[in-house]
Amino acid sequence: MDSTRRRFLQIAGLSVLGLGVKPAIDALAQSGQPEFVHGPQALTGKRWGMVVDQKKCLKAKEGCKLCVDACHRVHNVPSMDNPKHEVKWIWQTPFDQAFPDSENEYMKEFVQDSMKGLPFIVLCNHCDNPPCVRVCPTKATFRRPDGIVMMDYHRCIGCRYCMAACPYGARSLNWRDPRPFIKTELDRDYPTRTRGVVEKCTFCDERLAKGLMPACVDACKEYKALVFGDLGDPKSEVRELLRQNPSFRRKPQLGTQPSVYYIV
Amino acid sequence: MLEKALTGSRSYKGWIVFLLIVLGIGFLNYLRQLNYGLGITGMSRDVSWGLYIGQFTFLVGVAASAVMLVLPYYLHNHKVFGKITILGEFLAVASVTMCLSFIIVDLGQPMRAFNVLLYPTPNSVLFWDMIVLNGYLFLNIVIGWAVLGAERRDAPPPKWVKPLIYISIPWAISIHTVTAFLYAGLPGRGFWLTAIMAPRFLGSAFASGPSLLILFCLFLRKYTKFDAGWEAIQSLAKIVTYAMVISVFFFLCEIFTVYYSQIPEHMDHFTYLFTGLHGHSSNLMPWMWITSVLAILAVVLLTNPKTRNNETFLPIACVCVFASLWTEKGLLLVLTGFIPSPLESLTQYVPTLPEMSITLGVWALGFLILTILYKVALSVKESLAH
Amino acid sequence: MNGVKIAIGVIIFVVLVTSPFWYNFGKASVPPKLEIGTTEKACVEPTPYMKSSHMQLLNDWRDQVVRSGNRVYVSSTGKKFDISLQNTCTKCHAKKTEFCDRCHNYVDASPKCWDCHIEPKETKEAGRSDK
Repeated sequence: MDSTRRRFLQIAGLSVLGLGVKPAIDALAQSGQPEFVHGPQALTGKRWGMVVDQKKCLKAKEGCKLCVDACHRVHNVPSMDNPKHEVKWIWQTPFDQAFPDSENEYMKEFVQDSMKGLPFIVLCNHCDNPPCVRVCPTKATFRRPDGIVMMDYHRCIGCRYCMAACPYGARSLNWRDPRPFIKTELDRDYPTRTRGVVEKCTFCDERLAKGLMPACVDACKEYKALVFGDLGDPKSEVRELLRQNPSFRRKPQLGTQPSVYYIV
Repeated sequence: MLEKALTGSRSYKGWIVFLLIVLGIGFLNYLRQLNYGLGITGMSRDVSWGLYIGQFTFLVGVAASAVMLVLPYYLHNHKVFGKITILGEFLAVASVTMCLSFIIVDLGQPMRAFNVLLYPTPNSVLFWDMIVLNGYLFLNIVIGWAVLGAERRDAPPPKWVKPLIYISIPWAISIHTVTAFLYAGLPGRGFWLTAIMAPRFLGSAFASGPSLLILFCLFLRKYTKFDAGWEAIQSLAKIVTYAMVISVFFFLCEIFTVYYSQIPEHMDHFTYLFTGLHGHSSNLMPWMWITSVLAILAVVLLTNPKTRNNETFLPIACVCVFASLWTEKGLLLVLTGFIPSPLESLTQYVPTLPEMSITLGVWALGFLILTILYKVALSVKESLAH
Repeated sequence: MNGVKIAIGVIIFVVLVTSPFWYNFGKASVPPKLEIGTTEKACVEPTPYMKSSHMQLLNDWRDQVVRSGNRVYVSSTGKKFDISLQNTCTKCHAKKTEFCDRCHNYVDASPKCWDCHIEPKETKEAGRSDK
């Protein structure tokens, strides 16, 4: 390369450094810095968790779905026509589908006889060691320091790797635009989602930020089948329940460390 | 050199037009999918990956087959492959392009695909898959083009190509290892949770890719002036034989482990494939039996030297290998991982017409790239022969 | 011989490429008048900043709420706001069609916010404007 061309390229390269001047000056010239903080009533915890006291559902009306309905209403969860496109954050399922690894026909008999064949409430377990977070290529799903496995619907690319990774079937993709299928009255305080993103329960992080219990827990406050609290606080109600009752979790052998405990 | 793809016989041009039509129709259906959502396919909440990811999985194997020519030729001086390494490299380019295209059409929010680069996540296998696939594409394009360009000028390839070629060998192994790791590390999917997933991918890759290459070589021998040489084809056939036998052996190992241990979480998926489960029939059953029969037929034809060296039976064996492995990796592997679901439900998957059209469109894209690149390669070699 | 053909080709190309300018010559495109929708004197941040950087602000808001769990914004003026597009921003800018859409349509920007975030309900009366 002859020397005039080389000189030109050298000067051009150095000039490109000049592009860095404005950002540097901007960074130094900050004034009246805005801040981001928690709201005054926000609930904080070391490890949010839930205890499902399934037998309490016996006190409710037959076919009670208050928890499911509350969650889906408050979060604008659609009710899709095609069962293959179902979107659900919390739902009820027979015992041997909630706990398929506990193949135990006498437990099934127990549920049939002593629990009136009640289905079990299942939802995202907000695992401490979540495989869905491990596989997400964009960190659209991530674990918060307080234990909630969160969803960033803005970042999700809809690859559905998290759906493959979740051992509990807790996640739903929006196979179509969900808006026409929101059969309940639109909750204007909460957004909907759009086609192509995966959604799931987020332990009502928006309600916790306002000092409220999750919608499902609140809906069941009469029967208290769902109890929410800080598993990291030994004095919390959930810890008290776990001290007094034998508990079990879904698929514990997978090492996911779910935060949802079941007592019967 | 690309201008060589613009001229050709009538059947060549007809083939290109045909591919463009299939590609065009597939693209229109993709626009429909973008508008409607992925619900236009047969996928569901339970079976959340379908034909697109299945095809991607299979084609990763085909792409890696280039290494089966490059490794013997460059590392072990197996001169007989000298003429056809370019065919392997260009097949890799077409296959990896199809892989990436299948991933894009499978995304729910493809406009956000750049997020994978903006927010790199090394703990996600998909992140690494993106890196190794794009890297392999880049390697094969650069290597293939540089070597072909040098050959055209009757000169040795530039020195910097050699290290790239050496890198491409472990890189080829990495693309199907990483793709296998997508499946093999998921705790909730007993069908995929096996340590030999990556070895299985390697086995089927080295059977399916070279068998396709053999078919291409035989086709080119018949319809163009390009003759790979019977010795090269024989050599490839031996590779396909060993790889197919190993693949079948690996599958039998899986069968033993799941059925001898009797653990439902692992066993039920296989039972679903072979006979249906708990009284529910499976629409995948016929495919399972087809792939098994074809695999056995392929092994029989390939291990017998009289049929392997026969110009009529070899292509039949290769078609059996390719069809069997396409069914197993491109269809059964991905779908069966989801059936039964983690809550033990059995949801059938049936691809829809738009979904199949988009799939064919991507295949047409791959074949278009392959045809153009092969035409360029053959034209260069032909012009040298004068 | 070829020189003439090339020159003609170049001229045709230049005419085609500059055609948007020719086509719109003389038609001055006036920036739209926005109905701010409220008599509040100040937005979250000073108006010039909002005009130039509301996209950046919204991005920061999004990340702070979703990824860091911080739902209260203390602006550079010291005032506190609940971070929410559909509950805070549109509490004042209540008519998306008379505010947000006017500029966005003018510059042909189509932000995807409203795919998910619920648009404010619009009634018949026009929003009040800020002189």
